[in-house]
Order: sequence, then C-alpha cells, then structure tokens
Amino acid sequence: MLREFTCLVCPRGCVLEADPEKSGDGRVKGAACPKGLLYATQELDDPRRTFSTSVRVLAGESPLVPVRLTKPIPRAAIGEALALIHAITLTAPVQAGQVLLSDILGLGSEAIAVRSVEAGERTAESL
Amino acid sequence: MKSEKKAVVVIGAGPAGLAAAVALKKLGVEDLVVLEREDAPGGILRQCIHDGFGLTRFGESLSGPEYAGRFVDEAAKLGVDFRTGASVIGLDAGRRVTVATREGLVTYEAEAVILAMGCRERTRGALAIPGSRPSGVYTAGVAQAYMNLHNRMVGRRAVILGSGDIGMIMARRLTLEGAAVEGVYEILPHASGLPRNVAQCLDDFGIPLRLSHTVVDLRGSSRLESVTVARVDENLIPIPGTGREIPCDTLILSVGLIPENELSLQAGVALHPRTRGPLVDEFFRTSVEGIFAAGNVLQVHDLVDFVSLEAENLARAVARHLAGSLPAGGGIEVRAGEGVGYVLPARVGGKEDFTLSLRARRPDRDVALRISHGERIIKTIKFRRVLPAEMLRVQVRAADLAPSAAGSESRRPEPLEVSLTC
Repeated sequence: MLREFTCLVCPRGCVLEADPEKSGDGRVKGAACPKGLLYATQELDDPRRTFSTSVRVLAGESPLVPVRLTKPIPRAAIGEALALIHAITLTAPVQAGQVLLSDILGLGSEAIAVRSVEAGERTAESL
Repeated sequence: MKSEKKAVVVIGAGPAGLAAAVALKKLGVEDLVVLEREDAPGGILRQCIHDGFGLTRFGESLSGPEYAGRFVDEAAKLGVDFRTGASVIGLDAGRRVTVATREGLVTYEAEAVILAMGCRERTRGALAIPGSRPSGVYTAGVAQAYMNLHNRMVGRRAVILGSGDIGMIMARRLTLEGAAVEGVYEILPHASGLPRNVAQCLDDFGIPLRLSHTVVDLRGSSRLESVTVARVDENLIPIPGTGREIPCDTLILSVGLIPENELSLQAGVALHPRTRGPLVDEFFRTSVEGIFAAGNVLQVHDLVDFVSLEAENLARAVARHLAGSLPAGGGIEVRAGEGVGYVLPARVGGKEDFTLSLRARRPDRDVALRISHGERIIKTIKFRRVLPAEMLRVQVRAADLAPSAAGSESRRPEPLEVSLTC
C-alpha cells in the first residue's frame, strides 16, 4: 500500500509517496532533494524523533527545567529515554545548553537544558 | 509625565521585535528602545520548549528559548535598550507611545513606531460553546504557559478542540507527562495545523484526530467532568444524534490566533478584513505615517524563521524611512483571487522587488499559483499540494510588472491579482 507523508527535513514540506513493499530506486516519489529521499527511507525503516520534557531542579528559582534531545532517536525508544530523563534530579544552578544525560541508550543523542535556572528563591513566575 | 524623544520605538520583544531591533542596530540606528510587558524578552518563544525552530535560519533545530536566546544575546552585544515590565497602554497617530512601567507612566515621542505585538488566542467565549463554566478549560497557549513557564500540570485526562499547532504540540506534551489525551476534535474537514505536527504529535502517540467534529456541551460544577463531541455537517452545524460524551478533566482549545491590534486601532491604523492585522505596503508601512508592522501582529505565521526575516525586511524599510529615502506609498492594489485566503502586502509601489505572503483558502493538489497584472500573467509557480496551514512566500520582481504600472502616475494603476487554481 502506498504511504503518503510530509517530509519534515525543511519547511518546504514535500509530499512524499513511498511504497514500503518496494526497495531501491522508485521506492520514494516526490522528494525535491536527496535529503528528502533519505528522510523517507528513514521514516519507512526506522522513524526517529526528538522530544522535550521537564526535569526536577533543587534549590533553584524554578522547580523544573525544560529539556530537549539534541538528536532524533528511534521512535520506539522514546518511552525508555523519557523514563531515564525523568529520573534525573538536578541542583541549581543549571546552564542553558548544559548536558544532563549523554549518549542516551547508546543512541548518540544528548538531553540538554533549554534554559538556565539560577540558584535561589522561586520566582512568582516559576510557581 | 516624563516624555522622551526616540528615533524608533519597538512595541514587543518577541521574535519580530527582537529581529527588528538587532537589524536596526546593525543598520546604524542607535536611538531605539524595545518595550516589553513581560519580565524578559522572547515573547511566546519562552514557553515553546519543543524543538523545530531555526531550521531555515540557523540550519539546526532549536527550542523556542534557545532561538530567542540567539537574538537576545546579539541584542545585548549591540547594546539594544530593552525596557521589560513595560506595558504600552497608548499609541496615537502622532506616534506618542504611553507606557506603564514600575516607575510610573512614561511617554515616548517616536519618529517611527514598530508594531511587533504578536497575536493572541481565540477563546471559548469567541466560540460560544454551551454548557457549564467549570475549571479545567484552557486555551492551548495558556496550558503551555502553565506547564512550561509556571511548572504546573493542567490535568490528567484531556480533550483537545481544534487542530491548531499549539494544541497538537500540547497533546504530545501532556502525553509525555503522563496524561491521557482522548482525541483532537476539528470542526473543519482538514487539520488546521502543520502536517508535521499531525505526524509527530498525534500519529506517533496514537492520539485520534477526528475531523468534522466539535464540542457541543461541557459538564462539571467546580472541575470539568466531561465534554460531549458531535459530528458536524458541511455547514459546520452539529448533526443531532451523533453526540458522544467523553469523561475528562481538561479541555484545551486550539481554535485560532488573532493578531493583537488594540494599540494599532487606537492610533487609527487600518486593518485587513481577513488577516485582522494592519494593511501594509511592501515596506511594512501601515496606513498611519511612521507606523510599521511585522510578525504575527501583521499576519499569523507558520514558522518563526519567517517572522525574523519579515522583521529584518521591515528594519531596512524603517532605516530608509528615517533617512528619508523610502519611496512614496504605492498605488497598485494586491488582490486575493480564486483559491487564495489572503495576500500581503495589500498594496505596492512596484518600483522595487518585493515578497508576497499568502495562504491557500483550502487544501488542494496540483495547483498553479498565478500572479497577474492587468491582462498579463507575470509569474506561475506549480505546487503539488497547498495547505491553509502553510504560508506561501513568493518573490516578485519589479521589472516583471506591466510597464504601465511604473509610468502611470496619472491614471489608477491596474491591480495585481494572485490566484491558486488547477
């Protein structure tokens, strides 16, 4: 069965048509660039995603810090990666960009803080 | 009251205001101030902790705070003067800007004012959903602020009304934080957000997207207990007998964004009937002399990268305005033809190249975008697919306009029309 999806590589958003049964050339149609071909093949065989979540912070102006993955991981590994990240407890200060977990599940992706949390009293906003 | 003269006052330190301020500084405009009502610059990006920002601009996928941070850092290096906790409460056609600050009221008299106030969410009130008024009903952006800025979980079992991007992003966020998302209900027969968000926020997590459905009733006294959803007909009217009650403690509304133009209206700026943002020309000039607009206050964008770009184009125009080198306002009207929801700018002078921004009226396949000037088609671009969720941007060369346009000072120039047809 033909599968249709939107290429997520760039905002151009090509409509890709792929035949999962086929292999090699002609498996994917509609990509305007080689990156789109790669993306479609990846999406068929091993879809990868990033995600964002929050991690506990002690003694900070905010009790949580938002976190994201630096590289997409296999979609099937999201649950396990999420559990590992949720198990982290940090102590303020936390710097934006600080690596909180490296090479998650051996997949080459890192969890980084997307903003800084200073040490100190919780602010009105963070409550 | 203190009054201060400024070359440029920027209202709003979100992505548009930040990019405009940085670009103006680089163009040598020193005498400028950026006014921000929140306590920190960044605007809506501050609460967008998901990634996907900056792919076009920086070639990497950043979160909202990181994307904003790049501009804030650059602004700091250039010495941009930010006033945070400063809420603009008045703007007039003489470009007097009245600001409420912690130190009291301050007035600026500006040579140029840049409107960069962004947009706000359509609310339940604007939709008139019947039923009781329990807690647990949020717009998507408010739920996002609770979770991502104020560290508060909004609920455990959620229904989402509307398939806007923020609603879909919150469906994923809620799921990852352990809540159950029962489904996204969209009154239109197509998703209103980007396909990428349908794929990575809903499909990936098995969250159903029910098209041609809406919420017809809410139940609950202090906290929401259930909502009733129903199918709608082609006129978007709920079909009797199709109602289904879904137990939930949270209803999230993601039903559209509206440019925030109360200040613009105060100053007498004319608004576009469809975008509900200012009517501007190719130099981002509104109908009021010296007042310019860019970003989501002008038109709701799909990608922040294009907000930054638009604001930088505006900055170039403002710098020229200050130097007195901007051409007089143009008389060529730009019209949305068949298949086009709206097109900006609304009018152009046509003496310099410019960019048109537009959105398709409905999802379509294998269509051609045609720009005609009078009888002549001056540009055709084929698209395999267009979606109202995606903003289209098209460059137009002044040289391609019909020759009558440039020389026709005496008679009314012919309009440009943009259409999307098979």
